[in-house]
Amino acid sequence: MTTADWANVETPEEKVSYLRAGHTLRSWLFSTDHKRIAILYLLAISFFFLIGGLAAAAIRIELISPTGVFLSNDAYNRAFTMHGIIMVWFFLIPSIPNTFGNFLIPLMIGARDLAFPKLNLLSWYIYVIGGFVTLYALIMGGVDTGWTFYTPLSSLYANGHVVAVAAAVFIVGFSSILTGVNFIVTVHKLRAPGMTWGRLPLFVWSHYATSLVLVLATPVLAITLVLLAAERLFGLGVFDPSMGGDPLLFQDLFWFYSHPAVYIMVLPALGVVSELVAAAAHKRVFGYWFVAYSSVAIAVIGFLVWGHHMFVSGQSPYASAIFSFLSLVVAVPSAIKVYNWTATLYKGSISLDPPFLYAMGFIGLFVVGGLTGLMLAMLAIDVHVTDTYFVVAHFHYIMVGGTVTAFFGALHFWWPKITGRLYPLAWGRVAAVLIFVGFNFTFFPQFILGYLGMPRRYHIYPPEFQPLHVLSSAGASILGLGYLFPLVYLLWSLRNGKPAGPNPWDAKGLEWTTPSPPPKHNFEEIPVVTEEAYAYPPLGEHSK
Amino acid sequence: MTEDLVVHEPYAGLEQQREADYLGMYVFLGSEIMLFGGLFAALFTVRLLHPQAPIEAAEHFKLWLGAANTAVLLTSSLFVALATLVVRDGRRRTASVLLALAVVCGVAFLCIKGVEYRLEYLEGLMPGVGPKISPVRSEPAGLIVDLYFIATFLHAIHLSIGVGLLATLAILLLKRDGAAPPRPITVVMAGLYWHLVDIVWIFLFPVLYLPRP
Amino acid sequence: MTPLWPPIASHYAAHVDALIWWYTLVVVLLTAPVFILIAVYALRYRRGRVADRRLKTNSSILIETSWSVIPFLITVAFFVYAAMLFFGLHNAPANAMTIDVEGKQWMWKFEHPEGQRELNDLHVPAGVPIKLVMTSQDVIHSFYLPALRIKQDVLPGRYTSLWFKADRPGRYRLMCSEFCGTDHSLMGGSIYVMQPGDYARWLRTAGLDASLAVRGASLFRALGCSGCHTGQTGSAAPDLAGLYGRPVPLSDGRVVAADDQYIHDKILTPNRDVPAGYPAAMPTYAHQVSEDQILELTAYVKSLESANGGTRP
Repeated sequence: MTTADWANVETPEEKVSYLRAGHTLRSWLFSTDHKRIAILYLLAISFFFLIGGLAAAAIRIELISPTGVFLSNDAYNRAFTMHGIIMVWFFLIPSIPNTFGNFLIPLMIGARDLAFPKLNLLSWYIYVIGGFVTLYALIMGGVDTGWTFYTPLSSLYANGHVVAVAAAVFIVGFSSILTGVNFIVTVHKLRAPGMTWGRLPLFVWSHYATSLVLVLATPVLAITLVLLAAERLFGLGVFDPSMGGDPLLFQDLFWFYSHPAVYIMVLPALGVVSELVAAAAHKRVFGYWFVAYSSVAIAVIGFLVWGHHMFVSGQSPYASAIFSFLSLVVAVPSAIKVYNWTATLYKGSISLDPPFLYAMGFIGLFVVGGLTGLMLAMLAIDVHVTDTYFVVAHFHYIMVGGTVTAFFGALHFWWPKITGRLYPLAWGRVAAVLIFVGFNFTFFPQFILGYLGMPRRYHIYPPEFQPLHVLSSAGASILGLGYLFPLVYLLWSLRNGKPAGPNPWDAKGLEWTTPSPPPKHNFEEIPVVTEEAYAYPPLGEHSK
Repeated sequence: MTEDLVVHEPYAGLEQQREADYLGMYVFLGSEIMLFGGLFAALFTVRLLHPQAPIEAAEHFKLWLGAANTAVLLTSSLFVALATLVVRDGRRRTASVLLALAVVCGVAFLCIKGVEYRLEYLEGLMPGVGPKISPVRSEPAGLIVDLYFIATFLHAIHLSIGVGLLATLAILLLKRDGAAPPRPITVVMAGLYWHLVDIVWIFLFPVLYLPRP
Repeated sequence: MTPLWPPIASHYAAHVDALIWWYTLVVVLLTAPVFILIAVYALRYRRGRVADRRLKTNSSILIETSWSVIPFLITVAFFVYAAMLFFGLHNAPANAMTIDVEGKQWMWKFEHPEGQRELNDLHVPAGVPIKLVMTSQDVIHSFYLPALRIKQDVLPGRYTSLWFKADRPGRYRLMCSEFCGTDHSLMGGSIYVMQPGDYARWLRTAGLDASLAVRGASLFRALGCSGCHTGQTGSAAPDLAGLYGRPVPLSDGRVVAADDQYIHDKILTPNRDVPAGYPAAMPTYAHQVSEDQILELTAYVKSLESANGGTRP
């Protein structure tokens, strides 16, 4: 059959799929089906990824010249602030959990839905309301505090719409909390018969750990933003030194949320990569329990390292030393994962299809991000490079090189499950390579810039830094193309892709036992699980 | 026992559904504790920086109204606890009365709190509104006063939600009979929430009203 | 021409560079196997290629423990070295020359011990330990000297300090590295490290301003401080002569040192930490004096020598 013939062919699976269960807008906007809500999230976060990406483009264009190209100082400050706020709270935090977590957790554990389907829908609406408030603030002129809202700049001096943006982040926080509650209860109470904790896919483990952080850290951010707004609106002075308050208290409270928030962003990505590596190698993940518990360890220890953002803030040097040490401790479980993935590949039967290229790209970028994170945890090094481009490069390696790459990996791996269609694999490989190359060109020069002493959030910069900035901007244009390209062929595949069948990658996991796309209630009958996760058949002496 | 007769969508059985409801509520309450935890951290920090501030601020708070409110709220929790006991035995009318009593206590709490706020407003304690000259002598004590307003107001919002919840349940229990909603589990859930709001106050009261030299 | 390494202006900077080089070398050694093995496995065990894929074990506590514990212990060794450098940064030598620094949107103000003032540029002698005592008029700034590999946030309402000994004369960048509003990226200048002789010449020619302490003295009278702090026994307020650096017993039984922070706080929140034997009677000057003026008042208090040998204007 030629490609054109696939158009408008409706396979038997698709007739009963969740996609066909109702065609009205209403059947989508009021659906409590976790799979439809996942699609709603996918659309919403893609929109915000685009907005945040446009802000990033403005920043990179602006930095081509040391004196700026087309933005004023204030406009530049607003651009990077909106880039940070939108990317962190409206893309990265909900990215993998609310789309793939939502779609896959019930399928992976053999459940018909999440524990509280209505709450799940409510959480999407709260996200959308928060998003609208952000857009309102953006259209009214934005905000110029940086995404970290440090006081007293944000409370007394900034002239942007701080309260509106704080309100938006406050609102979207409740969406996170509801999602976290839902995931925790689902994993505890809705596992299919035989699906013991030791048989859970590692994707589910990492989402469980993520949910703990979502539920326990987000409310602290909420109350911090309330205090910040009260300071700006009513002159409350808890963070204002001229009234006896303490600006470092704001930083402590903010990072108490925001450092764990880094793990909210990266833990789901680690879960995705565990799935991808196992499916790529057709082998059980090496050291299953180490990988599973390392997610929980990261979530727990992640609550105790926030002070490493404050080594030069005026925090006690003794506190700094403790936070520095704990930051090395939290790196251990991450290192365990990387080593275990590598060991998983050993004697596997390794596929180089697009999802697995993303997974390998992830490992490379995550390792660079993690190791530069270890450098930042070293006190004397941090004093020099904190608040410079070194930090910018480091967290982009983790959040973009890590999380976004994993997001694209997940998208390419589960796209056939979600839509029932295959995309052209060759194009997928091209995009994966493009993204990997573009990413490194964009962000590796920033490590050098940072060590040279280029502070972050600088609109006008010393001319000797220009060549590296130009290199970075050039890389960013490749990266941008890399991100847009999948949009083209994935949308194309919706109409023209070959039907995927239930299990195009020949992978293990309950989600692959359902038709693609899955029916509305996931399973005709709740499955009974009798084997471990990733129970691939053993490979022989002359296997392929 | 007329326990949870309706099984909802993702569940295979009643037991599973009830356990999920409990766990969900507990996790949510954990989240609420962290919310108020941030406020307590702020209060604690101000106290460390300015050991005298809470003592000076406490002079301005109406200790006896606060104490009365503590008693009222503890009583309400008793009613709620009793209601969750009887509703499981199907005594819906009794449960309804007990919840109504708890609602009365909750409203009484809010009224007393309102009186306190009015007095404090007239004295010029409220940040941003009222008389410009505050009786608070030192700025750090002013911080405690401001945090008092944020903490008690946030608590009052939580309590108002609780009052609405319990009132709705009291009416539904009276109107409908037998297996119709609300399920007993819903009353238990609302009760858990109510107790948490109560416990938050049990911590706020001594921290704000009781500091003495 | 783009440099690929920042200038090194002190021994400390060289230490930090050595730390990062060695550390980079170690982490590369720790991770090179990961990259190499992924590439090797992806080729040797790629799907469709015939290979021996029989596997003995798929988890091993021994392997897991060794590849988590050994790298960890190596990083702990680096942690200790980095922490020692860091603590050194927080213990200025007693003989350090003190320069006052004030950040405000969007400029740096410096004041040398003899009262010379500078804006955005800072001249210091080479080979002499310099201690910067820093505060901010408005938001949080961060004082950053890349060539010395040091940085410290500058906060409103409190003093933070930073010390260094620059060894190599030259002109280096000086920047604000904590985002502080509209013109954050313009808040900076140069630090000129000079031979001591050149520095002395510069001090003489740099239009001598009235010294800090002298201006502090006139403020001390203008604000009425001298009304209570008369220096006579039996007056309502403590004698300030010789106070600086001395331990002060407080009314609640604690003892604190009368340092810059203490004097700063006493001016702004006088009735906290009241000295033993005195009533909490002093009004706050929080809304009457700027951080500039507090620096001047502090300099004046420092200049008062104890009891009889006191210099009084």
